[in-house]
Amino acid sequence: MNETLRNTGLFAIIAALIIYTGFAQSWNAAMLIISMGLISSIMALGVNLQWGFAGLFNVGIMGFVALGGLAAVLIGMPPTEGGWSAGGWGIMAALLLGAGTLIVTVQVMKRMTKGWLRTLVVLALLVGGFFLFRAILDPSVAAVESINPAGTGYLGGLGLPVIIAWPVGGLFAAGAAWIIGKTALGLRSDYLAIATLGIAEIIIAILKNEDWLSRGVKNVIGIPRPVPYEIDLQNDPGFVARASEFGFTPVEASTLWVKFLYIVLFAAVLLILLWMSQRALNSPWGRMLRAIRDNEVAAEAMGKDVTARHLQVFILGSAICGIAGAMMTTLDSQLTPGSYQPLRFTFLIWVMVIVGGSGNNFGAVLGGFLMWYLWVMVEPMGLWLMNLITYNMTDGYWLKDHLIESAAHMRLMTMGAVLLLVLRFSPRGLIPEK
Amino acid sequence: MDLLNAIVALANYVLVPGIAYGSQLALGALGVTLVYGILRFSNFAHGDTMALGAMSAVLITWGFQSIGLHLWVLPTALLALPFAILITIGLLLGTDWMVYRFYREKKAKPVIFVIVSLGVTFIYNGITRFIIGSDDKNFLDGERFIISARTFKSMTGLEEGLAIKTTQGLTVITAIIVVAVLFWFLNKTRSGKSMRAYSDNEDLALLSGINPERVVMITWIIVACLATTAGVLYGLDKSFKPFTYFQLLLPIFASAIVGGLGNPVGAIAGGFVIAFSEVTITYAWKKVLGYMMPESLAPDGLVQLLSTDYKFAVSFVILLIVLLFKPTGLFKGQSV
Repeated sequence: MNETLRNTGLFAIIAALIIYTGFAQSWNAAMLIISMGLISSIMALGVNLQWGFAGLFNVGIMGFVALGGLAAVLIGMPPTEGGWSAGGWGIMAALLLGAGTLIVTVQVMKRMTKGWLRTLVVLALLVGGFFLFRAILDPSVAAVESINPAGTGYLGGLGLPVIIAWPVGGLFAAGAAWIIGKTALGLRSDYLAIATLGIAEIIIAILKNEDWLSRGVKNVIGIPRPVPYEIDLQNDPGFVARASEFGFTPVEASTLWVKFLYIVLFAAVLLILLWMSQRALNSPWGRMLRAIRDNEVAAEAMGKDVTARHLQVFILGSAICGIAGAMMTTLDSQLTPGSYQPLRFTFLIWVMVIVGGSGNNFGAVLGGFLMWYLWVMVEPMGLWLMNLITYNMTDGYWLKDHLIESAAHMRLMTMGAVLLLVLRFSPRGLIPEK
Repeated sequence: MDLLNAIVALANYVLVPGIAYGSQLALGALGVTLVYGILRFSNFAHGDTMALGAMSAVLITWGFQSIGLHLWVLPTALLALPFAILITIGLLLGTDWMVYRFYREKKAKPVIFVIVSLGVTFIYNGITRFIIGSDDKNFLDGERFIISARTFKSMTGLEEGLAIKTTQGLTVITAIIVVAVLFWFLNKTRSGKSMRAYSDNEDLALLSGINPERVVMITWIIVACLATTAGVLYGLDKSFKPFTYFQLLLPIFASAIVGGLGNPVGAIAGGFVIAFSEVTITYAWKKVLGYMMPESLAPDGLVQLLSTDYKFAVSFVILLIVLLFKPTGLFKGQSV
């Protein structure tokens, strides 16, 4: 009972912090913190599945989140007029050809006996396939990108309701995770870290440079929403009447109502995933994973397929990050590849999991909310601290200007310090694993 | 004549930059591989150690420049390098004492060390940005070229020019000196031998009376020298920007793994493999092929296999191939 009380208390503290923000700043800001906190908690759940359950170290969360964001564009945006006839099919053909080349190469590797002949055939296949791929891809890409480059210049999406993008984002992330897991799992634990670091950088590079896919650094804006638009609500007499009943102006009421609907949607996803994670944790499968984590050799001796279980849990965890990524892009209504920073999307999530308590799902959720709150607050706090330090210095003194200017970089140091301190002094986190 | 032009163009755009970049990667990978061999974890903070070392060199260089201290035709940064190395040594030993030692005594799992090193990365990165900001910083002075494209053209009468930047020449020479000293140290001195013994078999080394804390200390000192040198050379050759060093982490790790983690010779070989793959795959071959082929067959496009934006993808793919087929690397690395 004591433990439950303590955990409830921790969640209550976060709720109090957010409510305080609501009174001190604005309810709009507080609700924004809640919705991003929900998304962060989902990402933390995914990472907790990998690290807390199975002890896998994934430093590519940013990449999986970005893939989810891509799904939101590909599902939610309307298709570009004439994009598919101009070059869309050519691009698809090229991609299929590329995939086909790889599959054939893998089959050749498997079927032929080792020797110079095999090496030669494989090389010929790869080189030939690559040039054919580029020959089909390049003109199609140019054709697609030349359609009204300032407005579209990309294929567009399927024009389906954007909620469908959430599971699809999970599927995208799962696909990428499968490729990485297949190569790097079963080797030393560090190799997975390096491989995930690499795939994240490459996914971001693709999003930044492949204009036909998601407009690259020109960003896709105005992704359709799953909830009503503020302006429609303000024009709806019924809504305005109800708002005035509660004493809100229409503008205020509509922004809050939209945020509230988002929160309901996100909370529903979080609850479903949390329920599933709890069930997984207490199932025989969860026990097996923890057994593998605690002693791989013993688990293997008991006949457990360590690599296959690792692959499974790695894919599941990454898929959850992908879902969260799609949700985040839906909330922002835009995909901006330039804004994906490892600090924000990989490292912060790690800090959430470790601070909250690795191996405990409720810990991950708590860490998600707490660290997101700190993340939002560190910058104003850093600025305040710098102003305090430089209080006695005269205006225009170089050190004062430099310190105030550098306050923005405080986040890096704070997050690093929080991680190191928690790992050192309270490695089990706020809500320890049972 | 055309063939000569093709060779010169190839040397100018592929060979010279590739050798310089390869030397920088090799120096970085040596640091990673030494930490792996002795302390047994992948040090994610290595890129930002390079950044911090390079930043100290930038600041000291600016100081020297402001009091009018110059190094004739060479960059003043060379004069600042020893001081920057001292700062980095202090920083790494301090970090080890405050952070890593605790986990070493607890005999924590390697993956915990990796997470801790990630925390250290962000603190280093924060310090660097806090002190020097996140923009490009220029600290190169002295003569820019050993031989410029124009001089080369007038000397040989060829259409193509071959330019060798001072920084490129300096990179290669420094790398050779550093590597020679390192191998002499590892193979000939008592401390170096104790390091290799410790790396090969920890228990046996402890039984023979090798002091592990001393080995770890020497390792950090060497790593500080390597990281600072690599960081300064990269900063001189390209430009100093704190963010790029974090991105260098991927090619550096790829080099170390391709060569075989824990194996110094492998780290050097891996550095050049990665550098040349990156440069050749992202280079537009139009010019070279244009000289080599008859005019009717000359290519229309740029003949660039991948755009330079994807240069990280090259090291990544090589890394994946090595992990799939030869996880111990080209030269036998420590373990799978």
